[in-house]
Amino acid sequence: MSKKIKMSDEDYPTTGHDWDGIREYDKPMPRWWLYTFYLTIIFAFGYMIAYPAIPLLKGATPGLLKFSSRGEVQQHIDTVNAQNAEIEAKLLATPLESISADVDLARFATAGGGAVFLTYCAQCHGAGAQGAKGYPNLQDDDWLWGGDLEAIATTVRHGIRNDTDEDTRYSEMPKFGEILESEEITQVAEYVLQISGQDHDGSLATSGKAVFEENCAACHGETALGDREQGAPNLADALWLYGSDRDTITQTITNSRFGVMPAWQTRITDAQIKQVTFYVHQLGGGE
Amino acid sequence: MDILKLIVLSFITICAAMAANFGQDLAYIIHALIIMAVSFFLFIREVQRFGDAKPAVETGYQDSVVRAGVIATTFWGVVGFLVGVFIAFQLAFPALNFDLPFTTFGRVRPLHTSAVIFAFGGNALIATSFYIVQRTSAARLWGGNLCWFVFWGYQLFIVLAATGYLLGATQSKEYAEPEWYVDIWLTLVWVAYLAVFMGTIFKRKEPHIYVANWFFLSFIVTIAMLHLVNNLAMPVSIFGSKSVQLFSGVQDALTQWWYGHNAVGFFLTAGFLGMMYYFVPKQANRPVFSYKLSIIHFWSLIFLYIWAGPHHLHYTALPDWAQTLGMTFSIMLWMPSWGGMINGLMTLSGAWDKLRTDPILRMMVLSLAFYGMSTFEGPMMSIKVVNSLSHYTEWTIGHVHSGALGWNGMITFGALYYLTPRLWGRDRLYSMSMVNWHFWLATIGIVFYAASLWVAGIMEGLMWREVDPQGFLVNSFADTVAAKFPMYIVRGTGGLLYLAGAIIMCVNLWLTATGAGERKSSAAVAVPAE
Repeated sequence: MSKKIKMSDEDYPTTGHDWDGIREYDKPMPRWWLYTFYLTIIFAFGYMIAYPAIPLLKGATPGLLKFSSRGEVQQHIDTVNAQNAEIEAKLLATPLESISADVDLARFATAGGGAVFLTYCAQCHGAGAQGAKGYPNLQDDDWLWGGDLEAIATTVRHGIRNDTDEDTRYSEMPKFGEILESEEITQVAEYVLQISGQDHDGSLATSGKAVFEENCAACHGETALGDREQGAPNLADALWLYGSDRDTITQTITNSRFGVMPAWQTRITDAQIKQVTFYVHQLGGGE
Repeated sequence: MDILKLIVLSFITICAAMAANFGQDLAYIIHALIIMAVSFFLFIREVQRFGDAKPAVETGYQDSVVRAGVIATTFWGVVGFLVGVFIAFQLAFPALNFDLPFTTFGRVRPLHTSAVIFAFGGNALIATSFYIVQRTSAARLWGGNLCWFVFWGYQLFIVLAATGYLLGATQSKEYAEPEWYVDIWLTLVWVAYLAVFMGTIFKRKEPHIYVANWFFLSFIVTIAMLHLVNNLAMPVSIFGSKSVQLFSGVQDALTQWWYGHNAVGFFLTAGFLGMMYYFVPKQANRPVFSYKLSIIHFWSLIFLYIWAGPHHLHYTALPDWAQTLGMTFSIMLWMPSWGGMINGLMTLSGAWDKLRTDPILRMMVLSLAFYGMSTFEGPMMSIKVVNSLSHYTEWTIGHVHSGALGWNGMITFGALYYLTPRLWGRDRLYSMSMVNWHFWLATIGIVFYAASLWVAGIMEGLMWREVDPQGFLVNSFADTVAAKFPMYIVRGTGGLLYLAGAIIMCVNLWLTATGAGERKSSAAVAVPAE
């Protein structure tokens, strides 16, 4: 039985080089290192045979598995679509108002609408639909253009003040900074503060009432309760899109606002529009 | 010759003044003013020296430029880590963006990456390569004062790049953000660097070229090639910072990641392996483990690395065949990368006991351990199924930092601790216990950093792909951001610890260089007289 005697370090030859006192042993490469290296090379070539790898004049070698990234994604999508085909057809055939009557359909619409909302709507309206300055809260019952199912569907489909869609919801508040004197703006701002139940200057508000009736009431209404036909907000409540403080109201009157929203009918399917409409409607504020 | 210098400097000053006058954007104008000030300063200095007798040609090693490099490395290191900690907390607390364009994450993040990779890492590489090539070639640096041009030219590049980012001048290519005129300047500096390095090797007195110098040379040559190809761009105007890339779409993306990955491969791996191959055997005072291994892993590393870039573009518009090659070459790269770790660690065999007494050696060993870990993690993350989970998540950031903080940072700290006493003619470092403190703060910092981002990354990846039984997405992007908040805090804390360690190192190196250690030890010697 011959046992290989392990050489001690001092016996190992060096290469005989010496750089600034550094020498090099002439030891072999560790076997495990070398064999693992060979294994990775074998794996790599095996993988290159199985998958697209070598570019040719036109396209590339397809590989034994005929794999393609796009094909893989399409397969995932097709699987899910096939699984949901039946209930999706049912959704398309069911009028919006009747969805809630069918438990399975309602669950499908809510889940799908939630996914659409998180993908496309959450950027402005917030992941919880809580809104932000300039972007309406969709959980409350304060609707600019209407909160029943049909109204929500129209808004989603055609967008707000969207110049790419002929049927978009449209209205435009004038910039009263170009129309009214600055003291009139001050007065009407005080009046708006008064009707919304906030601290205000009484005498200015009284003069502001006349300014309001002459300039604002046509859209916002005599009692300032707003007009959904024109997307004119209710000014007598405590819910505000841009802010209820004196400065913000003055700024709104002076420069106007022009909130916009994309028209989603060109980007998502009819079924998705139905789903997201149902989802928004059931958040709490639906009418 | 002196007259020619004056003419060139005055010409540059005037051109820069004109450029500042016609400049179309703020970054360009400020850069023109910086260049004008620098060349005017050099002009005045030349005028003052005009006609002075030429100083005698110096012999021996050119160490003053290495000393300058050690100072610059330490300085930029602390700056880079500080900016990194700042942006880490910006992610947790967006209010720290201060609503100013100059302090937003988008502008400060390239400042951090460039400061640590190019300013800290680059200065470390230039300084150590100048030190090592002289020792291992037994020759003074070639080219006289050309090495000083490389040093100061490189610092000017850093200043122009950094100010450009904050002022909004960027070509939006990761790790290659500087605009066209900064790129041209860096090219000039880099060619000078190559000339100094090659020139020194040519006039070496040793018969063979030491392995560290192979790595340094491959790093310098490859970075030149990467830099030139990835920055092919046409300026919109000679008087503005904006330029348009030559490539577009997926070609541009592939060029960018061919560059980006090899910046990691040749700047942060090959170059730093050059450092490792000198400082580890010197500090351990042992021969290198295997000459054969160093040859095989060097050639396999530089051959394989250059193809691995496409793994940054898995599941994108990049054709499948290129993704396959990017992945397979990354896997084959695993063992060649580990060859460097083995050669470093096995050099210590027979000298492991030194780890107990020598915190500098411990630092180098830890850096090799992190090198091994991240060069295993890298090939693993390049596997497409793993990548489909890890890509675009914090896991990638954690991976990069275990390499950068662990490998590049620690080996550089080890080199700085090795160099400072020798360059300033001191017997030893001011304090070994401060090195110990640095070691532990940095180690714990990296563990915090990497562990929190593993958790954050895997969680984020799983949340992104989570779907309900009907195939609908469950989480919005904002949900994943909110879920990462606690991990962001841990990560920032890790960075803070790492920064604290680096500041302790600064103090230690300063006291060593100024000789505070000598006074302390001479006082100590007087006491135990028998």
